[in-house]
Amino acid sequence: MIEISDLSYAVGQTPILHGITTTLERGGITALIGPNGAGKSTLLHCLAGLERPASGRVRIDGLDPFTAPHRQRARAVALLQQSPALVSRLKVRELVGFGRWPHHQGRPGPEDRAQIDRALTAFALTELQDRALDTLSGGQRQRAFIAMTYAQDTPWMLLDEPLNALDPRHARDLMARLHGLSRDGARSIVIVLHDINAAAGWADHIVAMKDGRILAQDHSAALLTPEVLRDLYDTPFELLQHKGRPVVVAR
Amino acid sequence: MAERRVLWLALALLALSAAFLAWHLRAPMGFILGLRAAKLGALICVGAATGAATILFQTVAANRLLTPGLVGFDALFILMQTLLVLILGGVGAAQIPGGLRFAFEVLALGLASAALFGLLLRRDARDVTRMILTGIILGVLLRGLSEMVQRLMDPSDYAVVQQAMFASFGRIDPQQLAVAAVVLLAALAAALRMAPALDVAGLGRGTARGLGLDHDRLVLVALLLMAAMVSVSTALVGPITFLGLLTASLARQLTGTHRHAVLLPAAALLGALILVAGQFVFERLLGSPSALAVIVELFGGLLFLALVLKRRRP
Repeated sequence: MIEISDLSYAVGQTPILHGITTTLERGGITALIGPNGAGKSTLLHCLAGLERPASGRVRIDGLDPFTAPHRQRARAVALLQQSPALVSRLKVRELVGFGRWPHHQGRPGPEDRAQIDRALTAFALTELQDRALDTLSGGQRQRAFIAMTYAQDTPWMLLDEPLNALDPRHARDLMARLHGLSRDGARSIVIVLHDINAAAGWADHIVAMKDGRILAQDHSAALLTPEVLRDLYDTPFELLQHKGRPVVVAR
Repeated sequence: MAERRVLWLALALLALSAAFLAWHLRAPMGFILGLRAAKLGALICVGAATGAATILFQTVAANRLLTPGLVGFDALFILMQTLLVLILGGVGAAQIPGGLRFAFEVLALGLASAALFGLLLRRDARDVTRMILTGIILGVLLRGLSEMVQRLMDPSDYAVVQQAMFASFGRIDPQQLAVAAVVLLAALAAALRMAPALDVAGLGRGTARGLGLDHDRLVLVALLLMAAMVSVSTALVGPITFLGLLTASLARQLTGTHRHAVLLPAAALLGALILVAGQFVFERLLGSPSALAVIVELFGGLLFLALVLKRRRP
């Protein structure tokens, strides 16, 4: 369980998050949606302990990500960041292998290699494992970074816009894979999405953020109403049903 | 495969060192051999230190074009030499015992460079462009200060300063060399020990911290090691700006890896190899022993231009 209470964050004099208080339950997929600049990425960085908030507290299964030893934090929560820096000549397998760093600190063992193989298989990268990252397309690269986050083998996976640069097929495959991971209870996934229909189709819970505050939070089906979406994005929406799943269309 | 190339580099360096020592050896053999060994030791130390320090710096700064020299380290050294001569006078500065002066230079340079790099990286580590600009402007400022002081000097003092402004392998004090070698070996060993952590840091600050690396601490340790390496080598022979860039780029090309356990020794060996080979060619074959520093600077500078001009950002 992630508990957030009265979390505020500011860059210089500009406030980004205003006293956020909420609880994210374990298991399942929680989607963060909201307009650009709502503070979704900042919230994820605070949860991962990478940005220090001005005030408030965060507990990840009881762990304080700001004061816990770095290694312990990295074994509790993994974060996929937006547009990570690119290292030339780094191979896919080596990148995914870095996900094991919190576990072996430089001396990988057989369990680490097995986990790397699982990550490569899970994200359909086995064929690409010996390719250098700078020879891959944006989408393939994105999948490699997601596989690294997976290999970190943490109870919580935080993904900042993982569908960036993915084609429709790989976007669907990824969401299905994440859904599967969150079903068996091993992983809890918090994911920033701009595609509301991906959230509608795959997320169990949705947190709607606007202007550094939480506007609404509920089960996906309950939250996705034209009224909430209109308030969230300041634009009218229509809610359709397609084969039992909600489909959202901006008017 | 990359490891094997490092082995080849080591073998090449051994062969070249043997040639450097034995080429046209005449009586008095012991005396000449001693002189040559000191020079060889200095060349290897300086080359290795410069290569390894540059790799460290590039990883920590997340930039493949930077060298300690480019962000004002050399200017710092020249300013120090200038101030030394100004305060003690040309004759006074020349009279300080070699060991004492060396120790003082290493200490002062080490502290000043740790402060300089620390300032650059702490403030601007996330903004590489700003960091380069800050470094270059700091360099210009330090150089300006040196020039101003040099104008106040009388010409004979100025000649003393001028000598210190270019790297010279002419007269090497064996005691200084021994101290330098010990410090360098210790720093290199420490850098190799943290090679896996440096690999993680190579992913960039954000990703590295996400993986649980204490990035701030790593940067600090890397900076201290780098300051130790560059200070010792500069105090030993003087500043060489572009050698580091030359070696680091070659090491990356040759090994084709991002792994510091390979990159650090490869760069160190290459640096030593370039200096020993260069000195051998200029001194033994062409008969102009003082040209080496100038030529290394020329080729390093050309390489820098080439890298900047053809740089492809993925």
